[in-house]
Amino acid sequence: MKENRFTGSLRTGFAVLAALLLAASPVTSWAAAAPADATAWWVMPLLLLVVTFFMGIIAVLGGVGGGVLYVPIIGGFFPFHIDFVRGAGLLVALSGALAAGPGLLKANLASLRLAMPVALVASSCAIVGAMFGLALPAHIVKLLLGVTILGIVVIMFTAKKSDFPDVPKADALSTALGIYGIYQSPDKTMNWQIHRTIPGLLTFIIIGVMAGMFGLGAGWANVPVLNLMMGAPLKISVATSKFLLSITDTSAAWVYLNNGAVIPMLVAPSLIGIMLGSFVGVRILKVAKPSFIRWMVIGILAFAGGKSLYDGIKAMNAPHPTSTHTQEASHHGK
Amino acid sequence: MANEKNVASEEQLLYATWLEKGMLIGLVLIVISFALYVTGIISPVVPLDELSNYWNLPVKDYLAAVNNNFLHLQHPPTGWAWLTLLGKGDFLNFLPIAILSGITMLCYAVIVPVFMKKGDKAYMIMAIVEVLILALAASGLLKAGH
Repeated sequence: MKENRFTGSLRTGFAVLAALLLAASPVTSWAAAAPADATAWWVMPLLLLVVTFFMGIIAVLGGVGGGVLYVPIIGGFFPFHIDFVRGAGLLVALSGALAAGPGLLKANLASLRLAMPVALVASSCAIVGAMFGLALPAHIVKLLLGVTILGIVVIMFTAKKSDFPDVPKADALSTALGIYGIYQSPDKTMNWQIHRTIPGLLTFIIIGVMAGMFGLGAGWANVPVLNLMMGAPLKISVATSKFLLSITDTSAAWVYLNNGAVIPMLVAPSLIGIMLGSFVGVRILKVAKPSFIRWMVIGILAFAGGKSLYDGIKAMNAPHPTSTHTQEASHHGK
Repeated sequence: MANEKNVASEEQLLYATWLEKGMLIGLVLIVISFALYVTGIISPVVPLDELSNYWNLPVKDYLAAVNNNFLHLQHPPTGWAWLTLLGKGDFLNFLPIAILSGITMLCYAVIVPVFMKKGDKAYMIMAIVEVLILALAASGLLKAGH
């Protein structure tokens, strides 16, 4: 009964989110065609606040980071240029990780010893990814983002998880670095260790580049690598991944910040909305129906990824889409 | 193997304490600075009702247009140029954003002495290298653009 009522409320919330995105879509096309002085300036940040609030709820319930929902949805349905959306996406993912990090570290769920070598690789590569991302034309980024998001959908469909992966013997590198610990759950306490450290670290090269290039938090990739490849228990992997984002996204965020790809009017409402949504999401997590929410997140990502891919392909066939905007804005601003 | 008690290490707890403080300061400041910005208490460089003409531009064009139309600086405001514009409502918001982006560097710096005290050279070096990498990212030396 409670679940049915909850599911009904969530469906209503989803319908509201869809309606808001549809409301934003005409603004997108209109904003691309002409100066946007016909609408009050506060409409877009308010819309952003409401959408990111729902996004925050869905992200918590669906077990994904805010960034992976934020970039394709805001990039696909709002008038902001993808450069600014990626910068804001990184800051959204970073803030979520910063908020969760202290608690996870204090509870010894996130492991600093596991995170530090991984972070070294991922944060360096995120800088490279961010520089690539800002150097590439917007339509190429949208195209690649669409492909990546659809790839994430496939990973979410197929990836298995293991609460306690079997690690018969720690490898030499993790032993030398002392990467091990104790995991306590209500029903058992166990020692954990990891293996395949070098392949794991090499995989984080790709994850770091993608996080920086697309402004995505990379929890969707961190968790399977830490859990299935390196053999950390699932909860340790999830917590360490969340903490890891606070380091990986920091390095990329600086590149976006220093290159001017941050607009406070986009960043601040997004941070506030997604954090308020996360607080509400945590409260209703207890009565949520995980399978329904998981399917909903997969559906949203597939739709947003498909739109990003479509926008990228469409823009490739359009003649020089940005030069006229520059002239219009320069002229209008004078 | 590991300690028999599930207790976080000294450096992990120290890192968490600094991270918590920095995160709270950054989040509180971003709410305050954004309120000062949108209420018009501190006037922005780009007037609020004109901002929508610019946010759909690629970053390079956006910076050029904002500089050309409002700031009239020798170069568009990239890198740490926002520090000189903190008196403007929109650029004031860069301060909490920089705090949120910079706290990790500080957390790494404070755990270096702990690793040194423990004689954990590998992690001490890793922490120092991470600080240098983040400092490089924050320095503004890395330029990118379309």
